[in-house]
Amino acid sequence: MKHARAIAMAIGLAAAAFTGAASAGPGQDAIIAAWADKAKAADPAFSGFDAAAGKAFFFAKHTGGGAETPSCTSCHTDNIKKSGQTRAGKAIDPMAVSVQADRYTDLAKVEKWIGRNCNSVLGRDCTAKEAGDVISWLASQ
Amino acid sequence: MKRLLLAAALLASTAVAATAADRMVTDEMTKAECAACHIAYPPRLLPAANWEAVMAGLQDHFGEVASLDDASVAHIRDYLVANAGKDDPTAVDAEGKPLLRISERRWFVGEHKGEVSEASLKKAGTWANCVACHKGAEKGQFDDD
Ligand code: HEC
Repeated sequence: MKHARAIAMAIGLAAAAFTGAASAGPGQDAIIAAWADKAKAADPAFSGFDAAAGKAFFFAKHTGGGAETPSCTSCHTDNIKKSGQTRAGKAIDPMAVSVQADRYTDLAKVEKWIGRNCNSVLGRDCTAKEAGDVISWLASQ
Repeated sequence: MKRLLLAAALLASTAVAATAADRMVTDEMTKAECAACHIAYPPRLLPAANWEAVMAGLQDHFGEVASLDDASVAHIRDYLVANAGKDDPTAVDAEGKPLLRISERRWFVGEHKGEVSEASLKKAGTWANCVACHKGAEKGQFDDD
């Protein structure tokens, strides 16, 4: 009995560690879960988000979008712990949750900006997998 | 005579004060949505036809996708149009379409001519960045130059 409890606790701890690594808090977890639902709906074989792929996507130079916005870093810069800047010169708060705790806690806000920014950068909507990957990475930073 | 001068001075001062107040953006949604990327520009800086054109083209807003849900677009458009500047037949581009950039309007070009050095413009990055020089721009204050 004692043994079983210890095992259960170990599993619980491991699960907590896993979610801890994947995101920053309950607000972000709920957002990522919502995107996982979208990804599953789009692809029944979906098996989880890949933060490393999301990081690569964020830093990549894309084609198909606006001439002045080839990358997420065009506005958010390549240091997500620092402020970014819009093309009109207005500061954008850092994207890393470790310095900006309210990031990725409002689904409507995330959907609005992913919708806009993917189209500005890639000239198309992001797939649910692409969006979930990048949010998973951002939320873990 | 003195009284007349005083009246004139008073009128002039209230006219200036009213200008900053008139330039204040008072609609919360307009402020929040526009100011995500730049100051919420005073509605009276463009005529109604030009605001209609801006709000009809958010899917290509100066090279960026700034799309919004239909209800928000309608709300913001109505506010901008209701508070727009005077109609201006010169506020059109070479093809006769309504100008979308406030900075291409004649009075804007005139006001800034000889006032803004190349270095200042470079520092601001773009004419869209009013606050680079007009610190009170968000409150409608542009007379501080
Ligand atoms: C043209 C400038 C620009 C580009 C390019 C851009 N963004 Fe953004 N992004 C913004 C602005 C402005 C906001 C809203 C202001 C804010 O949240 O501080 C924003 C907000 C977001 C948000 C919402 C954050 C939250 O708090 O919920 C996400 C997610 C996001 N961007 C991801 C991306 C990704 C991914 C890319 C690349 C595909 C990208 N952005 C490219 C300007 C940009």
